[in-house]
Order: sequence, then structure tokens, then C-alpha cells
Amino acid sequence: MIISLFSSTSVPSTDRLVLFFGQAMVVGAALLIALALVYFKKVGWLWKNWVTSLDHKKIGIMYLVVAGVMLLRGLADTVLLRFQQATSSGTSHGIVSSNHYQQIFTAHGTMMIFFVAMGLVFGIINLILPLQIGSRDVAFPLLNNLSFWMYAAGAILINLSLVFGGEFAATGWLAYPPLSELQFSPGVGVDYWIWSIQIAGIGTLLSGINFITTILTKRAPGMTMMKMPVFVWSVLAAMTLVAAAFPILTVTLVLLTLDRTIGTHFFTTAGGGNAMMYVNLIWAWGHPEVYILILPAFGIYSEIVATFSRKRLFGYASMVYAIIAIAGLSFLVWLHHFFTMGAGANVNAFFGIMTMVIAIPTGLKVFNWLFTMYRGRINFASPMIWFIGFVITFSIGGAAGVMLGVPPIDFQLHNTLFLVAHFHTMIIGGALFGYFAGIAYWFPKVFGFKLDEKLGKIAAYLWIAGFICAFTPLYILGLMGATRRLDHYDASLGWQGLFIVAGVGVVIIFAGVGVQLLMFYLSIKNRKKNLDTTGDPWNGRTLEWSTTSPAPVYNFAIIPTVADRDEFFRVKQLGVTQSKRKFTAIVMPNNSSFGIFMAGWALMFAFSVIWHFWPTIVLAIVGSIATFVLRSFNDDITHIIPAAEIEAIENKRVGALL
Amino acid sequence: MTKTSILHNEIQKETETSLLGFWIYMMTDCIVFATLFAVFIVLRNNTSGGKSGADLFSLPFVLTETIILLTSSFTSGLAMLAAQRSRLKDTLIWLLATGVLGAAFLSLELNEFSKFDHSGSSWRTSGFLSSYFTLVGTHGLHITIGLLWLLAIIGYLFKKGLNEVIVRRLTMFSIFWHFLDVVWIFIFTVVYLLGVN
Repeated sequence: MIISLFSSTSVPSTDRLVLFFGQAMVVGAALLIALALVYFKKVGWLWKNWVTSLDHKKIGIMYLVVAGVMLLRGLADTVLLRFQQATSSGTSHGIVSSNHYQQIFTAHGTMMIFFVAMGLVFGIINLILPLQIGSRDVAFPLLNNLSFWMYAAGAILINLSLVFGGEFAATGWLAYPPLSELQFSPGVGVDYWIWSIQIAGIGTLLSGINFITTILTKRAPGMTMMKMPVFVWSVLAAMTLVAAAFPILTVTLVLLTLDRTIGTHFFTTAGGGNAMMYVNLIWAWGHPEVYILILPAFGIYSEIVATFSRKRLFGYASMVYAIIAIAGLSFLVWLHHFFTMGAGANVNAFFGIMTMVIAIPTGLKVFNWLFTMYRGRINFASPMIWFIGFVITFSIGGAAGVMLGVPPIDFQLHNTLFLVAHFHTMIIGGALFGYFAGIAYWFPKVFGFKLDEKLGKIAAYLWIAGFICAFTPLYILGLMGATRRLDHYDASLGWQGLFIVAGVGVVIIFAGVGVQLLMFYLSIKNRKKNLDTTGDPWNGRTLEWSTTSPAPVYNFAIIPTVADRDEFFRVKQLGVTQSKRKFTAIVMPNNSSFGIFMAGWALMFAFSVIWHFWPTIVLAIVGSIATFVLRSFNDDITHIIPAAEIEAIENKRVGALL
Repeated sequence: MTKTSILHNEIQKETETSLLGFWIYMMTDCIVFATLFAVFIVLRNNTSGGKSGADLFSLPFVLTETIILLTSSFTSGLAMLAAQRSRLKDTLIWLLATGVLGAAFLSLELNEFSKFDHSGSSWRTSGFLSSYFTLVGTHGLHITIGLLWLLAIIGYLFKKGLNEVIVRRLTMFSIFWHFLDVVWIFIFTVVYLLGVN
């Protein structure tokens, strides 16, 4: 029924081919993976070791894998967007129709923010945070598994839009009404948009609660708040923003759903609705959201700069207060996303000033990193290359942001490519470079071998060069008046040259991605050469480097006691040798299929609501209640690793270390 | 240490962590309601030719609802006290009382909704009614989830009796139920008392 509905929708013939390839790609990839799993008899292994695992390290890896796949998906969209804008001038109309172009930039934004950036953030947090605070796991391992599967279910749903229905929202990544209302977007595209980020968003909210509780209750003895690594502080701030902002997103999406499915009047043009209320609500979530992405990246840079400069981080306390200030201010600037709403001069002035104030704690952080490097013995390993690229691009993007924060300038520049260039500078040059740096830095801790440094550096240089080449033209075009989301422009405007330069930039970025893929392939193939036998390949300073690489399932056989901010560095300076250690039994949670079942029900619910199919809606509700009750009646949820077994594992590891 | 004492230690640690986590969850739920209240306040005068709160609401009816819900909060508190004193039978009685009162509240609310709908004032009528049904309905949905949760707890108590794990869950349920009371007080004030003027 659903497929026949799809074929009856009017898809322009030029897009049929692209659509067909999209569908073939999704279906083909799913079939191929399924067949490979059955053929190599890996289904049971996958289920037991990964799908149902509550180990934060494995969940982190699963986040990174999904985010990586979605990154390639989002980049494929980038090629279409750049190619369209480079060619669609004058009499030429490029390769895709206007409507399809709108769907592509909507999908690009949605995927990059919700499924790439958020996936990478939560992947890295999962991998490292419990190790950095000297804990055996997060506060709620079962909830952690559920969060991941909710995120994965959202990612699956956004890909299902290609197969069932064949359309995605054509509204832009935040789906402003009244365009996103049923009257103007009657298809299922907006519903797919709503539900994929609704499900993933609830997963994010649960993660936020989980990590706040983890940081507050699971720190090693002696680690007071002001002895936490800066990455932990940045995660605490970001997760507080998650807990405060994501409920607003959930409600906003529910209200839009109600408008579209049962005919309420929240954001409609008729019936007493108020479309600007949506814009206010979505940015009350949306502005904190960009800080949720950037703050953990700041934390990663803080760890990296200190480690690779062989120095204590400069201005620790000011770093912490800057993070807290940025987190607080992020709730006071949402209106700068729509100065042109007409809220009045005083309101705009307030939000403009607040926006500029954020530059103060942010600038402070940049100077602290530079002062950390000053007179340090800097090792320009690949994470540092990413950091250098970040400092340069982020400073430019920050200055552009302050410009946009001045309301009169914003009236000229809003909705132009200048804005597009600004936020890509912040999210790629700021956040994404940080995640890549973090992956290069912590990869040996997770897998037990380093990534190929040479290829890592080449990839970083290509990304930085490609980024500058792709986005500098957009700043200029924006100043020339090119609006965002253009699928065609007049040849007499003389913009085509700059658009072609931007396209070349994307080609260079793609070369960088290719080198990254090669880096992963070669590093895994030649892993024996880059083995990390010490557990501390970079001469690290914090607790995660004090355990072996990869860390055992319980992380630390004996929970360390902390006396300093750079605890592991202190211990190394003291030169304490490991004496005979006395092990005790450790309680660990059992695997559970609760998470994947609950996420499966959520996916079924969302898909059924999109297609208004009642029987499966009811089934999904009943199923999720039953799953919940079954779990709550199960009291056998932990197992004990006896002291003798731990001693055996540890002896083998210490042997390997020597 | 024996196996049981290790597990017992673990459960005690977990209880503290879980309660903190649950409080943080409650704060996020608070923001859900705060957002819905803000939406209601923005849209409350957008009646779009339909009826206003003054035309629809009957304060004695809402007061009855309020008293029932507050009483159910009281009985859930008594259940909590009984559980802490390890009195299984009393716990069950007070939990059942809480469930019955909660169900009574819910049926009154649904009754009110259908009355409005039949008199031609549905959520499709105006921005005001959309936000009214959604705000009050979200509270009702929470009550429904609370009742299902209560049923699961009663089932567990029947099957396995009182232990540390179920007392922890009962504590969380109790927090949840009191929270819904507080939200209702705000609904009573902002939606109904201010609405009839």
C-alpha cells in the first residue's frame, strides 16, 4: 500500500533516476549487510557482543560507526548541492529540480546535525568519559544502550524515507511553519523529518540525564569538581544543556505533529495559530544545541593541547568558568536567529549584546589554549594539526558571528550565504575538527593501536585547505547578496566563478575523507606495527591513560584515588611502581535486549504514525509496555566477576605491558 | 564478602544514583510542562470565534477533580510510609486506593474533554483550545502512564513482596505522582482560575 502510494505521487522525471539510485543504495546496503552476517555466521556474535552489550566502550564504538555512515550520506548530499550551485546559472538548470534540491539541503542539515555531529559527540563521550573519571561504567548502562538504539532508530527512519514515500521534507532543516504545515507540505516528507529527530532526540535526552548523573556520582574518590579534567566539565555543561533544551524540542515537534495529524492550530495561519511561536520555541532549543555540539569539542582541545604541549593546561579555573558562562548565555541569545521578526529595537539590542558577550568567554578559552602552548614542548601530532586548523577557522567564524550579532548588519546578511558560511565554520572548523582530533587522540585507548599518523596529518591538511577553499567564497557571495538555498541564479550576477571555487573546495574535502578512509583501512591492516603496549602512547595526563589499551570490561581493576587534576601525570612523576595489588570481586551488568526492543517499538510507532496505520500503532504501544514490565520483573540483571578471574586478567595485562 | 552481601552493597549504591537520576528526569519533565504553559499563555486569547475559557469552564467540577487528585497524592504517601515499615498489606491497600482515585480523576478529565468536544469546542476549533487540550491532555497522559506504572508495581508486590528494589521504584513513583500534583495546581490556577475571568 505504502509503495503504491509512493508511485502515485508526482515525482518529476529528472529526479526519478536519483531517487532510484537512492532506493537501490539503501535496500542494497541493507541486504548486503544482512547476507554477509548470515554467510559468515556472525548474527549471534553481533547480538551477544555488540547489540545487547551495556559496555560504554562498545556503545561508543557503535555510535561512531553509525555517525560515520551518516557522514558519508551527508557528504554525498554536499556534492549534489555544490554541483547544482556551480552549474545552475543562466540557461543551465543544473542536475536536480527545485523541489528535489530543497529536499537535499534539508536532509543534509538534518543528518549532519542530528546523526553525524550528535553521534560523534555521544560516541566520544561514551568511549572516554567513564575512563576519565575513574569509573567502571556510566550511571545507567541499560539506559545508555537504549539511548544508542533510539539514535540508531532515528537514523534508520531518515533512510527509510528514501525507500517508502520517496520524499523528505523540503522545508529546511528546522521546518518552519507555515511551510511545514499540512496545507503547504501535504506529503510524508515533513513527517519523516519530525519523527526521525523526535526519536533520536528522546535518546539524546536520556543520554543527557545519564551523563549528568554519571559525572555527579561515579567519580573516583578524591576527584572533586575542580579536579575533573576539562573534558568532563565540558560534557557536564553540554549535558545540562541537553537536559534543559531537548524537552523544548520534544514539545515543539509534538505540537507540529498535532497540527499535521489531528488538525490543531498551534502554528497554522488560520484558526488562531502563531507561526512565530514555533520559530521562538525551535531556537530556544536550537541555540543551546549548537553549544551542545561545540562544548565537548572545547573539552577535547583542552586535553589535547595540554598533552601535546607537555604542560599543565593554562588557566584551568577560568576554563571551567568560561564553559559555565557559555552554557548559561546560550539560553539568552535565541532571538538573534530572527532579528528580522520585528520584535523591536530594544529587544533586538538586548539579544545582540548578549550574543557579543558570548565572544568573551570563548575568546578567553582560545587565549588559554595558546598560553598553554607558549613555551611548551609541542609535539605536532595529528590531533594538534586539527587544533591549529580549528584556532584559525574558528576565530574567523567567531568574528563573523559577532558581525551577525549586530542587528543592523544582520538585517542585511540574514538568510544569505554569509550566514551559511558562518555556521559551517563553527560546526566544521569548530566542532567536527575537534571530534576528528579526539578520535585520533583516543583511538589507541579504545582499540589498542594507533592510527597511521602520516595519513592522519595529510587528511587534516586536506580538510583544512578544502574547508577554507569551500567557504571563503560563500562569505563573499553572501556579502554580494546571494541568498541561501538557491538552486538557480541569473548569469549576469557574476557569481558562478565563486560557486565553482566553492565546488573545488568540496573536492579537496572529499580527498581528505578518502585519505581518512585509507588511514582507517591501513591502520587496521598494519595494526601490529602501531600497537600500543603501554596504555599511554602520548604521554597523557589523565586517568584514562592509566589503564591498559584497550581497557578491560571493568575499566579499572582497582578504582584509583585522585589527588591532582593531572592525576596520571602526577603518578608518573612520582614514579610509583606497581606493588602487589589486592583484587576484589566486581559487579557488572548483564547484557540486555531491552534497548533494541524499545527502540524497535519506537520505530514501528513512528513509521505507523507517518502512514496513519492504526493497528501497528496500537501494537507498538502494547509492545513497549510489555517490554517494560518484563524487564522490571527481571531481578537477575548483574553478574559478579570473581577476584581470581580479575587477577588472572590483570596479570596477563601487566605482563603484556612489561 | 559473600555473593549476597556484594550484591546488597551494589543495590544500595544504585538506589542513591537512581534517585538522583530520577530527579534530573523530573526536571526535564518540568521543562516539558513549562513549554506547554508558555504555549498556552501565548495562545489563550486566540479563540478564533470559538468559545473562551469563561464560556466553557465550571469551577466546582474542576475543584472536585483537584480534591480527588490531591487525596490520591496523600494515599500514595501513606503507601510509601507503609512500605518503609515493611508492611506489605498496608502498602498494597494504599496503592490500590491511589490507583482508584487516579482512575477517577482521569475519567472525570476525559468526561470533560468529551463534553467540550460534543458541544462543538474541540482542539480543531482554535489556537486556545488546541493549547488547552494539549496542556491538560499531557498531564492526563502522565497520569495514565503513572497508573500503568502503579499496576506494574502492584503486580510485582503480589508476586515477589517487598524488597529494596521495589521500595526504590515506589519512591520514584511517589516523586512522580507528587510532581503531577504540583503541575495540576498550576493548571488549576493558570488555565481554570485565570480562564474563567
